[in-house]
Amino acid sequence: MTTPLAVIRLDRAFGPVTEGEAVLSEEGFSPRYDLDRWTGLISKPGHKLEGISIKDRICFFPTAKGGIAAGWAFYDIKGKGIAPRAFVFGVTNPVMVQGAVLAGIPIAEGWSEDPRRVLRTGDWVRVDPGRRVVELLRRGAS
Amino acid sequence: MELSAEERRMLAGAEGEAVRRALSYQQEVGRFFGATRFVQVTNAHMMGDIEVLGDTGLGFLQEMRRLGARARIPITTNARCVDFAWADRLGQDPGECAKERRVIEALQGMDILTTDTCINYQTLYQPHFGERVAWGDTGTCITANSVFGARTNFESGPAALAAAITGRTPEYGFQLDRHRRGSFIVDLSGAALEDLADWGAVGKLVGESHQNYFAVPVFTGLRRVPLADELKHLGCALASYGSMGMFHMIGVTPEAPSLAAAFGGAVPPDVERMTITDSELAAVYRGYDLGAGDARLVVFSGPQLSLFEIKRLSELFAGRRVAPGTSVFVTSSNGVISAAAKLGYLAPLEDAGVAVLEGVCFYILQNLSPMRERNGWRNMISNSAKIVNIIGAHRFRTILRRTADCVEIACTGALR
Repeated sequence: MTTPLAVIRLDRAFGPVTEGEAVLSEEGFSPRYDLDRWTGLISKPGHKLEGISIKDRICFFPTAKGGIAAGWAFYDIKGKGIAPRAFVFGVTNPVMVQGAVLAGIPIAEGWSEDPRRVLRTGDWVRVDPGRRVVELLRRGAS
Repeated sequence: MELSAEERRMLAGAEGEAVRRALSYQQEVGRFFGATRFVQVTNAHMMGDIEVLGDTGLGFLQEMRRLGARARIPITTNARCVDFAWADRLGQDPGECAKERRVIEALQGMDILTTDTCINYQTLYQPHFGERVAWGDTGTCITANSVFGARTNFESGPAALAAAITGRTPEYGFQLDRHRRGSFIVDLSGAALEDLADWGAVGKLVGESHQNYFAVPVFTGLRRVPLADELKHLGCALASYGSMGMFHMIGVTPEAPSLAAAFGGAVPPDVERMTITDSELAAVYRGYDLGAGDARLVVFSGPQLSLFEIKRLSELFAGRRVAPGTSVFVTSSNGVISAAAKLGYLAPLEDAGVAVLEGVCFYILQNLSPMRERNGWRNMISNSAKIVNIIGAHRFRTILRRTADCVEIACTGALR
């Protein structure tokens, strides 16, 4: 196993180990408010990630917004093939967890360090819910 | 998690595969939040419509039904995405509407009451103090916790359904005393709060600046006794902008007879204090980008309207006409609309050209983005702070205005 370049510890996590390209957001997230659930693009005008796809990414959001929709919506986007590989939240709400568990998408909450200080969008990271860590495996092209 | 003998039997499949799956799903969610046990619930309320379910979600419901899933406690449904009487006129997709009927069939097959309302707390079921329930949409949760002193987390569609199938929910979050204490104080003594939109604007200011499910604002300084619809708009906006599940209001909500009680015994000396006055509220209304100023869409929805809200709108629209080129929507439940029709409140709205939709909420309407494009809707004006926030993914430019101003905009076609 490669030695990670950096490690962020997590407070709570669910799901299998997964790797993928990180997307870091300064703004919180709701699949209802922010996401086009037919394309996987963040579509809310003015969202900090407007126009970015979450498909197959490992998404870092500081907060969860709203909303009861995520309970079904994560399962739906998984079925449509546009789900992210994992969600990592600073602070989340039960709906995000209920949705991610139903869809089998790894989800975590609470970080030892703000990921924006450690990671950049495009970096390749591993989320290991069992060990409650996010590991930076290699830097993305910048 | 500690399991009772009955729960162990359920997990072993003694009550069938649907019960086993539901409880094991709940156990996984409970584990995430560190729940140590399940608690029994008496009532559930779930969201389930084709717009959010998609084909995968519909398949899930049908499979659960096939596996013999059946609600063991009363469970009702939230607003859905199709009012079948309006589907053609709104240009909704016939294929999706047919699937919505299959969703309803699957839900009814599990003994779920398809009441299609997001204001169950005003129209269907009022839990008593301390009663444990499993409710979603977020507006229903924050009302249950705050106004009734009942206990629930945000229970999304699959979670509320699982709770109805097993009769229990994991004990975490607002099921526990320690999360129900106040986090910060909001002084409203400088705000007149005369319109429902003002209460929503308070929720926006407090929620946006404190986005955290476990942040519990404590409101003080009320100039008068708030009405149920005012608390509804406040709660829905807090839940929407702040993802909050509970608030206290001193002398109003049951767990806040005093400031000290709201904080679980004593107010922490370094507690955060926030003040909202008329000038902050005026700044909210001034703060919206009006774009080219089009006033082609005015919406009274999200949450569905109470009978009292419909009566007021009926009076404001009486003898007037919606401006040419402008569309106005009102949404509510079957119960409220039936009563409004009987009392003569619907006719003035319909005569004015207002579309009154039943059992739906505007922001979840099936096909909303194409509907927006087809009608050339760019701005959406509403007196609901919640819908102004929540409809963003459909690329509306949204504007909050007071109720009478919304009616004026609707009838003159002029947005100011």
